[in-house]
Amino acid sequence: MSINERQDELIEEFSMFDDWMEKYEYIIDLGKDVKGIPEDIKSEDYLVRGCQSRVWLIPSKEEEKLHFQADSDAIITKGIVGMVVRVLSNSTADEILKSDLYFVDKIGLKEHLSPTRSNGLVSMIKKIKTYALAYSAKAN
Amino acid sequence: MVKTELNIEQIRKDFPVLHQEVNGKPLVYFDNAASTQKPKVVIDRVADYYSNEHSNIHRGVHSLSAAATEEYELARKTVQAHFNAEFDHEIIFTKGTTDGINLVANGFAKSFLKEGDEVIVSELEHHSNIVPWQMACEQTGAILKVIPITDSGEWIMEEFHNLLSDKTKIVAVNHVSNALGTINPITEVIEAAHSKGIPVLLDGAQAVPHMAVDVQALDCDFYVLSGHKLFGPTGIGVLYGKEEWLNKLPPYQGGGDMIKTVSFEKTTYNDLPFKFEAGTPNIAGVLGLKSAIDYVNEIGLDAIAEYEQELLEYGTEKLSQIEGLKIYGTAKNKASVISFLLDGIHPYDAGTILDKLGIAVRTGHHCTQPVMTRFGIPGTVRASFAFYNTKEEIDALYEGLLRVKKMFS
Repeated sequence: MSINERQDELIEEFSMFDDWMEKYEYIIDLGKDVKGIPEDIKSEDYLVRGCQSRVWLIPSKEEEKLHFQADSDAIITKGIVGMVVRVLSNSTADEILKSDLYFVDKIGLKEHLSPTRSNGLVSMIKKIKTYALAYSAKAN
Repeated sequence: MVKTELNIEQIRKDFPVLHQEVNGKPLVYFDNAASTQKPKVVIDRVADYYSNEHSNIHRGVHSLSAAATEEYELARKTVQAHFNAEFDHEIIFTKGTTDGINLVANGFAKSFLKEGDEVIVSELEHHSNIVPWQMACEQTGAILKVIPITDSGEWIMEEFHNLLSDKTKIVAVNHVSNALGTINPITEVIEAAHSKGIPVLLDGAQAVPHMAVDVQALDCDFYVLSGHKLFGPTGIGVLYGKEEWLNKLPPYQGGGDMIKTVSFEKTTYNDLPFKFEAGTPNIAGVLGLKSAIDYVNEIGLDAIAEYEQELLEYGTEKLSQIEGLKIYGTAKNKASVISFLLDGIHPYDAGTILDKLGIAVRTGHHCTQPVMTRFGIPGTVRASFAFYNTKEEIDALYEGLLRVKKMFS
């Protein structure tokens, strides 16, 4: 599946919900499903700056595809970072760098995209793109 | 039960911002410790000034400038009277509390601190009453000493008395804690410090919206506050300093208005208060602050304090009924601030859902990371009440928190 196909899949899942309450309950469920990162691996290096809750993102590379593990101490944030990882993981560095994450707007979470918003969705995406850029530079 | 004399319904009409829906729900504004809302008289004053009266102040020969200068200086007298300063030139207009503390810390670093000297702050301080002193210490080799707090969020006074020594050059502490609401025993601090000839700066940002403050009765050497927490505009604050101290302190910033004569060889500085007001000041902010103070005095700070204590008691009792809710800051003397956590729920999660319910609270460390470290928590949810808040709104918070609990269980 491509990044856009995975985004479309998420958009469809969220289309079932009419109000914010159901959406947030779903995000909370997604957050609870995120496997997380063991405590001893959660180092400062993997911490995403700019979030009111703490968010960790760990990249790895398998063949040409990048994968991300994510965690947060807040469940809503964990659900949101989980969605970002679900959309962007299993893609090449190039695909990630070129990606346009329209699903955030489409599922009605646009408010979280504001750079001043304290959950730092923007910072998470930036961190993933920085990882992708680093891998892409290494490959070249 | 104390009977309130305030007509809250009427008072709420004075605050336009309160009458709106957020996320489809009536706004419940419980973030007053971060910033208070503005009554219409303040908004109108600022608009009037820009619409009809604006001109640069001091030294202007034309009528608009003279009138604006008069209004500006009249505001200084209002502030002087409100805090009962001895002289109006002891009132310095600043950008806010942070600016005032930086002004004093900077002056101390330049003129009074040297290697081995000590500055006393407390574990309860806002970052803005820690970092400027840390910077002053870094510049001079002075050492920062910290009054520790108890589990209830109160200073351990025995430790404070032990910290005071010949090396102490200033004690800089808050009057009321922004994170926990503790009203600190400042009289004891001032008396003890003065008995050793040590000056005291009080960060009054969180005190002035809630209680009458008399700087002469307190006998503090410096008192700093922010206009926007006192129902006034943002970007305006007050530094009160005793005349002798303000005369001893060197100027903070150089520029227009703070000089008597300038030549390339030598500049002589202006007298108080202008020595500390370089550049064109926030004239509209000053006039708005005057209106805010007049407004608060019309209602009466004693009545405000009484009503807010009623809200605090009601809120504390109500929120305590929620299983798994822990209140941080349980001092005997508290301003109307309730900082808390729901067991196992991150403050950010709670705050996000409350916002969806139209309830504005603050979540996080409240710029007091040492306090959070002390309690071993990432932050709290903080509900802070002003006199325009109601018990019904506290009920809405209670219901909201039950919902939060259910969603994250």
